[in-house]
Amino acid sequence: MRTAAVIGASLAGLSTARALRQQGFDGRLVIVGDEPHRPYDRPPLSKEFLAGKSSDIGLRTPDDEALDFDWRLGARALSLNPHDRSIELSNGQTLRCDGVVIATGARARWLPGTEGVNGVHVLRTLDDAIRLRAELVPGVKLVVVGAGFIGAEVASTARYLGADVTVIEAEPLPLLRQLGPELGAVCAGLHGDHGVRLITNAQVKRILGANRVRSVELADGRQIPAEVVVVGIGAAPNFEWLAGSGLQLDNGVVTDAACATGLPEVVAVGDVAASYSVHLHDRHRAEHWTNALEQPVTAAATLLGDPRPHLSAPYFWSDQYGVRIQFTGHRREGDTVRVIEGDTDRRSFLAVYERGDVLVGVLGMNQPKLFSRWRRQLARPVLAP
Amino acid sequence: MIEVCRVGDLPPGEAVRVDTVDPPIAVFRTEDGDFYAVDDTCTHQDASLADGWLEGCTVECPLHASCFDLRTGQPSGPPATKPIRTYPVVVEDGVIRVAYSEVAC
Repeated sequence: MRTAAVIGASLAGLSTARALRQQGFDGRLVIVGDEPHRPYDRPPLSKEFLAGKSSDIGLRTPDDEALDFDWRLGARALSLNPHDRSIELSNGQTLRCDGVVIATGARARWLPGTEGVNGVHVLRTLDDAIRLRAELVPGVKLVVVGAGFIGAEVASTARYLGADVTVIEAEPLPLLRQLGPELGAVCAGLHGDHGVRLITNAQVKRILGANRVRSVELADGRQIPAEVVVVGIGAAPNFEWLAGSGLQLDNGVVTDAACATGLPEVVAVGDVAASYSVHLHDRHRAEHWTNALEQPVTAAATLLGDPRPHLSAPYFWSDQYGVRIQFTGHRREGDTVRVIEGDTDRRSFLAVYERGDVLVGVLGMNQPKLFSRWRRQLARPVLAP
Repeated sequence: MIEVCRVGDLPPGEAVRVDTVDPPIAVFRTEDGDFYAVDDTCTHQDASLADGWLEGCTVECPLHASCFDLRTGQPSGPPATKPIRTYPVVVEDGVIRVAYSEVAC
């Protein structure tokens, strides 16, 4: 392999490029990114960066200079030719490469018909965060659609900035699928603790306003006044450019547990990859930061001819209203949950999820030390169900 | 010198956070019985290293698993890239003390 191209210049792409170098690849290494910015870290965009506490979110380090990357920023990949592995870019260039890393990530989903309405935002990119930050002034009426992690963190940060915040959630509880009803209810309580209105079981019908959003209308007819709206209803994989490439596409670029796709010398990592998970015993498109940091080591090894399954258990964290939530493993319908330390009412506890008598997940709220210890018990895959 | 605690109050493999100074420091006692004092806050993002996982002379951040060598303060595992400061520890008469200064040691 003489030339490798990493398509996507966020955490997963940059990490794979670094891993290729660390694992001995000394050929040409091109990194393509559709944003004009150098690689940056996304988790702060809904937290410290949005709050204006920190703008130091660059991912590149001085050590990267020695790795001899050939950067192509501000260029989008348009297609992958499976026969000669050439990649057409939006700037008119065509990359000819021997190895391809697909790391094109995911993009925020919009509510139908709301994209482009003044005052309506999503939060995924640095530019999104800069636009939203400018609107979060004290007293502003903010409606957040979706009480998932992005929605909850935006609500929390906006509250810190003095906004008047309402969160609208379609399900009966926030994070119901990920955390189950017991701990979803605890997360719901966090909003109330901090003066944020949470409206659940609510479908958004449309956004009202002529030149700018004025209110959000729910399916039951209620109208929630809004000067700013943030839509936080999940992300869709950026894989349309791969149509016709012969790759299997199914809610992401399908890979095995070692990030290998159906095409030789083509791997996929990060938010765009629907990889087989040895923890879930199923295909899974992980959108979490730690996966984008760790999976690249596996992807690079696979591309260099040493495929081994990626073994790390899923892990994510969220900071909401000064409360740190950490979760590892995977919860499924029917798993039982029990609090083994602390108190949910005090927002400081550790809970374990069990399938029968097998530990499958751990959630900590403001319990980083205890969580670190329990996390290690899930570091290896659990037995098949 | 900052008095941290009595030796008996810090079992091997444990850490204690000292937040009477700003920024706070973390004092570790390794399984081998050695004492180390370092900045408590991870250089990557806001997390307390005293809450981390101690293995040998390495502490792993509880939030993103950055690793630091307690002897040097250097990061030994991603995502952190900047070192933490280290401080001399003095154990005398059964009391752990740290030679803390605003200036990096």
